[in-house]
Amino acid sequence: MTVLAVSNLAKRYHRGGKPFAAVDDVSFKINPAETLALAGPSGSGKSTIARLVLRLIEPDAGRIDFEGADFLAVSGAALRARRARLQMVFQDPLAAFNPRATVARVLDDPLRIHGLASRAERPRHIAALLERVGLDPALAARAIHEISGGQRQRVAIARAIATRPSLVVLDEAVSALDVSVRGQILELLLDLQRQERIAYLFISHDLGVIRAVAHRVVILDAGRIAESGDARAVIANPQSAIGKALVAATPRLTRDRP
Amino acid sequence: MTALLSIRDLSVRYRRDGVEALKGLSLDVKTGERLAVIGESGSGKSTLALAVAGLLARGVKIEGTVEWKISRSRTPHSFAPPSVLPDISPSRGEIELSHPPSPILNAAEGEPAAELLISPLEGEMSGRTEGGAVERQLSHPRDTIPLLGRDIGFVFQDPSSSLDPVMPVGKQIAEVVRTHLKLSWRDSYTKAKTLLERVRIPDPDSVLHTYPHQLSGGQKQRVAIAAAIAAGPKLLIADEATSALDTIVQAEIVSLIRQLVAEDGMTLLFISHDIALAATLADRIAVLRHGELIELGETRQIVEAPRRAYTRALLDAHLGLDAEPLLDRQGASP
Repeated sequence: MTVLAVSNLAKRYHRGGKPFAAVDDVSFKINPAETLALAGPSGSGKSTIARLVLRLIEPDAGRIDFEGADFLAVSGAALRARRARLQMVFQDPLAAFNPRATVARVLDDPLRIHGLASRAERPRHIAALLERVGLDPALAARAIHEISGGQRQRVAIARAIATRPSLVVLDEAVSALDVSVRGQILELLLDLQRQERIAYLFISHDLGVIRAVAHRVVILDAGRIAESGDARAVIANPQSAIGKALVAATPRLTRDRP
Repeated sequence: MTALLSIRDLSVRYRRDGVEALKGLSLDVKTGERLAVIGESGSGKSTLALAVAGLLARGVKIEGTVEWKISRSRTPHSFAPPSVLPDISPSRGEIELSHPPSPILNAAEGEPAAELLISPLEGEMSGRTEGGAVERQLSHPRDTIPLLGRDIGFVFQDPSSSLDPVMPVGKQIAEVVRTHLKLSWRDSYTKAKTLLERVRIPDPDSVLHTYPHQLSGGQKQRVAIAAAIAAGPKLLIADEATSALDTIVQAEIVSLIRQLVAEDGMTLLFISHDIALAATLADRIAVLRHGELIELGETRQIVEAPRRAYTRALLDAHLGLDAEPLLDRQGASP
């Protein structure tokens, strides 16, 4: 079964009084335990698609089916309930959290809001979530602003998986991390995917990262799909002009490998 | 090759009780070279850039020396008569950073306060000055301290925060030209237009009159670069100058920096977290970790035969287009 099917999605904005298509006739599907990457330059529509899929904004046209049902048809309490299955992790977790909250509070919210655990059970759930993402449960008492960027992104992932989602939208989720931390976070995401069969909509401008973790890639240019397919095949042999430009612009290390 | 600047035992501490951001770092930057400084968060790479540019705030505790060897021969596009220029004799400037100048401190030592107002250690960005600064600069009695904006061009990560949001970009560039090259406004604007052409901004005539918010991120960074090189600096410092840009624009800006540095004979200090990007541009790479210089070498040696395990770990962590995908290592499949 397909987790997410997006059909003929369109979103127009106005810039300088003139309408322009941020997203134009975009269609794709994501299967369980699959990572679909969206790649493209700034302004290609990657993040607009993420926001449309999360229903943070409404499309002008098109259809979004999530877990087999029309996702655009639900609203109110039904939408909030559906959102437990559809989570997100953004680039900057500090901007996504209340900086004065503790780690425990950040993880308590989804459990409480979605009624996943009673008040008495929640501390145990929070400790388990922290362990799942490779953090010491003792971190629960710390303030969000006190922990490192890598730890914060682990907390963001813990919050995202707290509601047992079938799809997590990762919008440049590892872009701001140091390379050593980035590798660990990517490994964690892959572990969670294997264990829980979570699908990822993985948004990144970095083809190296996409190639490392994504099964398939959609390359966007000016709101339209320029090409799509198996991530490694597309990156090894891009057909579109924008795909070729992205590959050519990716810095390369020419090393003698043992 | 001679050193443009020699950094010796440079230590920086932001807070009295805090850890040292730089720990006794010594490094020569050779005249005309492209030196990349790479490291992760907290390695001290930006602190090094700020210290070299004299941009660290006054309360910051700095020890060690940054010694400059700048011959103050002006570039051909300076039309100012020598009489109004500062002493142009080649000088061997030396900043004793262990005594960061402050107006009070130096006034007590009998130094003219006017000089201090335009000292790079006062942190004027890109030579942008408010009215009156030009006159103060002309009274600059001693010309041994390199001046940010004139001798050092600085390009920051976020062009939105280094450009004035309510001033047309042409004026922002022209101001640097006027301040440091002592040209008329008319000539400064002419040069600003030439600079916009040099940074490959399409339609420079109309861009002169646009505001930063009307430009894309990449165009804003081109404008910031134009302002940074406007006075013909000897040293260009780019601190994560491409990190906020997408891959394609990043490659264009790196190519632009390479070209401008070559054309103007500038020395480049390229600060980056990205070892692969640094390797595409730099002659030499300095690797920083926790405030210490842990390895310095020719780019080829650093990339192909790193001496330190940490450098190798950074190289291994790079996810290149030829690396083995993590998916394969884990054996995962949908």
